[in-house]
Amino acid sequence: MVSRRPLGLLALMCALTAALPAAAVQIHSERSLYRNLFVVEDNGLRCLTFRRAVATERQTCQRTAEPDHLVFPYTRMMLGSLLVKPDPKRVLVVGLGGGTLPMALRQMFPDIDIDVVEIDPAVTRVAEKFFGFKRDAKLNVHEEDGRVFVKKAIRAGTKYDIIMLDAFEDEYIPEHMSTKEFLLEVKSVMTPDGVVAANTFSSNRLYPYESATYESVFGPFYNLKLGNRIIYAQPNKLVDRATLEANAKKFEAQFDKRGFKPEWLLEMATSERDWDKNTRILTDQFSPSNILNSR
Amino acid sequence: MGFEMLSGRILAPTFGSSIYVWGAIITVFMLALSLGYLLGGRFSMKHPSMGKLCAIHAAAGAMLLPVLVFEIPVLDGIFAITQDPRLGSLIASVILFFAPAVLSGMVTPYAVRLLVEDAHAAGFYAGLQYFFSTFFSAAGTLLTSFWFVLLFDVDQILLLLFGITEAVALTAFLLSRKRV
Repeated sequence: MVSRRPLGLLALMCALTAALPAAAVQIHSERSLYRNLFVVEDNGLRCLTFRRAVATERQTCQRTAEPDHLVFPYTRMMLGSLLVKPDPKRVLVVGLGGGTLPMALRQMFPDIDIDVVEIDPAVTRVAEKFFGFKRDAKLNVHEEDGRVFVKKAIRAGTKYDIIMLDAFEDEYIPEHMSTKEFLLEVKSVMTPDGVVAANTFSSNRLYPYESATYESVFGPFYNLKLGNRIIYAQPNKLVDRATLEANAKKFEAQFDKRGFKPEWLLEMATSERDWDKNTRILTDQFSPSNILNSR
Repeated sequence: MGFEMLSGRILAPTFGSSIYVWGAIITVFMLALSLGYLLGGRFSMKHPSMGKLCAIHAAAGAMLLPVLVFEIPVLDGIFAITQDPRLGSLIASVILFFAPAVLSGMVTPYAVRLLVEDAHAAGFYAGLQYFFSTFFSAAGTLLTSFWFVLLFDVDQILLLLFGITEAVALTAFLLSRKRV
């Protein structure tokens, strides 16, 4: 017993150190029209948060030593929409965050057109200063509301091969971007074999409503659940599994470089319905998404 | 206020929900109310009566109906002219929300005039009137944003607000007739 005591003490000390909050250092704060932004760094991990000091709700994270590595599973799942549409010419990303998704796309496809819509200019400034996000001649950031941008794209006749919807946060959903009318607008700016990848929630009262709404516009879609829920939906017939598997081979190396395997996506992807088919559809008239999300 | 909460939802599908859109809505409501206070006070100088007060109240409610009928064509029309959320939502708010907000602003000073019988009690009645209008505004905000949007369509809530406004006007009118 006696001989064990020092070891026990050591274990206790270790446990205490582990329980202490890790020393996250705030390296920047930025005032915004919407909410203040903070950049915190901890153990080689740099994150963007919307709340001071509490890094629990991290919007985006990057390993300073390996900026290409996709830290959050949801960003890997969003990029996985390439398995549905492997040869995009024009991509729309709604919601910039730290710029992870547009930068990954730019590295993989040096020549494609990428439109990013970000409502908050402060987010764009922070992404450029601290997360290595770069615009170029064919990568534009549009400072505006996502729905307004899509409406303008309809007028301009622009079509996208991939549309990534990443404008939702844990605490607030832009309700006008969860409705059937919005999805119909999105559908009308997609190429016939294009794909929309939507980052949403997997476990709350909103889930069946949202699922029913996507189904009403796109028909069956691929669903990937892991904390977040990612939808891959297409305007016409959904590509079959064999095509997904064939495309997976093309991206083996690219995804591996970013820290994941295409098989991991394939295992998660399912087009089976796991919600009540008769759930009410969200519309511009009825879109209590935030109330449903909080229950 | 219930109406103001809904106006955000009415504009969002066309002009988004950026800070500019909310800014435009609140600005237009405030301008309309301030004009309404001025007009209501003015109006109360000439032969004030309960009947006229109820008519103003009923008219404020009735002005919600054009919003119901014309919101989509009006918003589409404005979007065709300007896609700027600032200008677009200012124009849309003026066209759709200005008239009902002016009329509801007129109610408070007019009602104060009817309630006050001598200068000594003027402050008391003004305070009472502000209490009622602001308290029920709070109730309207809470009910609309926490519950109504979960139960009804936006248009149904507008109809409900219309119904409540007209019922209050009618009840007040009938009660005043009885007393005479």
